[in-house]
Amino acid sequence: MILGEYIEDGINWLTKNFSGVFDGISSVVGTLVSGIEAFWLWTPFYIVIALFTALAFWKAGKSTALFTLLGLVYIYFAGFWDETMQTLALVLASAIMALAMGIPLGIWSAKNKTVHKIIRPILDFMQTMPAFVYLIPAVLFFGLGTVPGAFATIIFAMPPVVRLTTLGILQVPEDIVEATTAFGATPKQLLFKVQIPLAMPTILAGINQTIMMALSMVVIASMIGAKGLGVIVLQGISQLKIGLGFESGLAVVLLAIILDRITQSLGKKKG
Amino acid sequence: MSNKITIENLSIIFGKNKSKAIKMIKDGISKDEILSKTECNVAVRNVNLTIQQGEIYVVMGLSGSGKSTLLRSINRLIDPTVGKVFVDDLEITKMNDKELLNIRRKELSMVFQHFGLLPHRSVMSNVAFGLELQGQGKVQRNKHAIETIDMVGLKGYEDQKVGELSGGMQQRVGLARGLANNPEVLLMDEAFSALDPLIRAQMQDELLLLQEKMKKTIVFITHDLEEAIKLGDRIAIMKDGEVVQIGTPEEIVTNPANDYVESFVEKVDRSRISTASSIMFSKPKMARLSKDGPSLVLKTMRESGLKVLPVVRTNRTFLGFIHIEDVVKLKNEGLNTIESAIKESVMCVAPDTLIQDMLPLLSKTNHDIPVVDESNFLLGVVSPTSLIAETTGKNKVEINSIIQKAIDL
Repeated sequence: MILGEYIEDGINWLTKNFSGVFDGISSVVGTLVSGIEAFWLWTPFYIVIALFTALAFWKAGKSTALFTLLGLVYIYFAGFWDETMQTLALVLASAIMALAMGIPLGIWSAKNKTVHKIIRPILDFMQTMPAFVYLIPAVLFFGLGTVPGAFATIIFAMPPVVRLTTLGILQVPEDIVEATTAFGATPKQLLFKVQIPLAMPTILAGINQTIMMALSMVVIASMIGAKGLGVIVLQGISQLKIGLGFESGLAVVLLAIILDRITQSLGKKKG
Repeated sequence: MSNKITIENLSIIFGKNKSKAIKMIKDGISKDEILSKTECNVAVRNVNLTIQQGEIYVVMGLSGSGKSTLLRSINRLIDPTVGKVFVDDLEITKMNDKELLNIRRKELSMVFQHFGLLPHRSVMSNVAFGLELQGQGKVQRNKHAIETIDMVGLKGYEDQKVGELSGGMQQRVGLARGLANNPEVLLMDEAFSALDPLIRAQMQDELLLLQEKMKKTIVFITHDLEEAIKLGDRIAIMKDGEVVQIGTPEEIVTNPANDYVESFVEKVDRSRISTASSIMFSKPKMARLSKDGPSLVLKTMRESGLKVLPVVRTNRTFLGFIHIEDVVKLKNEGLNTIESAIKESVMCVAPDTLIQDMLPLLSKTNHDIPVVDESNFLLGVVSPTSLIAETTGKNKVEINSIIQKAIDL
């Protein structure tokens, strides 16, 4: 109980003294999310469907393209289009921020043992702490709405890309690193010409995982007012509407599969 | 020839308590004892070497002997604990990061046992990699790369991904990458050890051919004495981090410094290394054309028990052999010179002729084989017995008894 009190005090202190900082973060994140959201909602649904189908066809092949087409058409006719676009916007915005912080952090942790030692338990904490718990400080910092949803999502979704970036870079064979050094590479050349290219498949797997985690968290984040499919799922639960819950849940699953297949195919050649 | 690389009092120690280990090295305490007392591993111990411009210098030893660590101290992939390394007059061990980067880019190239190539790139861009790191433009570096790709026999493979090539081919890429920035020194770390024997022998031959043209200074690490002997102008043998013997291949084989070296040498096919000069008898009985008449020659032959003698001029120029029957005939005819009885149709060998190349001569002759220099000066003779002794490893007494038994049968 005592630990809980300290944490409460700490969070309160942060909220009181750093409200300016949180407002700043809030406006940046808010703008990003609403910008992306506005784009998806402004674009006519048939163009969005065509865009995703074409991307799937180009990167992942015929069957994924067909699945994408049918899945999105279902979502449109089931009446969840706007909510799906809101969810997509929140996932993309959170994932972009998680990757923008996570990949450099992963690289740093691969290069520096001390950083690695510090970051590892924090990542464990972030990943295993029940996702709902993040919702509380998120609300205290940012109030209700989309921004705390994005905040909680970023924290929850960042660990996989950090871990897999570190792993990918550490997995680059030692003899290749040594050979590169022997030919007079600077640390920067080593990183950008050798380590990142060779770690790319693993980093891409991390990106895929982060996007999937973001999607699962976005649904939970609707409990604190984030817009999207989660709202309908929640409605289904609170009103005991099994049909509604199932239909909207299915929309989440379809979106997840589409995002998963497309991001997985990014690292591979078409085939 | 001048010294290209100089290594002075070099020790490399891994572990925490280095200063204590350094002191123990000075006191001459063994590697195992240092390890048990300080938990420090002495990888290289007080090594002094000079490597000359244009030679292939082989460092040979078993795994764990410190040879690869020693090699890496030359381009400072591993920092020496104590001691100095010079390339020309530049002290590598004193260089700052920038100088080190520069000398690695321009002067010291390296070829690795497991190639260390970039699997996601083409042969061309792997070969040009060193030049890319130097900041050369694509057109210029590819021009250089194509030249070196031709040199190592990979023409036509420029656009292949290296991951798709066989081991032998990959190491050609590794060699080409090492040569592309035209370095003065090539460091080769067990470069051919991962290849299968046929490809390996082929690569060795090609390296020697290339070296004929390039005259680089090559430091070659290997655990295989046969390879060391084939490639090396000089060989340093390492054990437990120390250099135990330095010498030419022949010196090492004929004169191993201690039991450790000898245990390697035993397994080597000596006929491929030893030369005529190492087994010849340099003070043979001779018949001097102008001074020795038939009677005197016959006397020498009877005293020494030889039936055939080499005939020389006063300045020891070799003329041919003379047989005992002919000398007896001359004496009976009352002649006082042996000139008419000299048999000239004999084959001579040079002092650096390999023993394996002399063995076929045994089928043509049953007497001593003369060893002469360019001006036909008789340096000595090799007896068939010693030739067999050298190749079979049996001593002369054994061989004579075998011959005797054969005659008895």
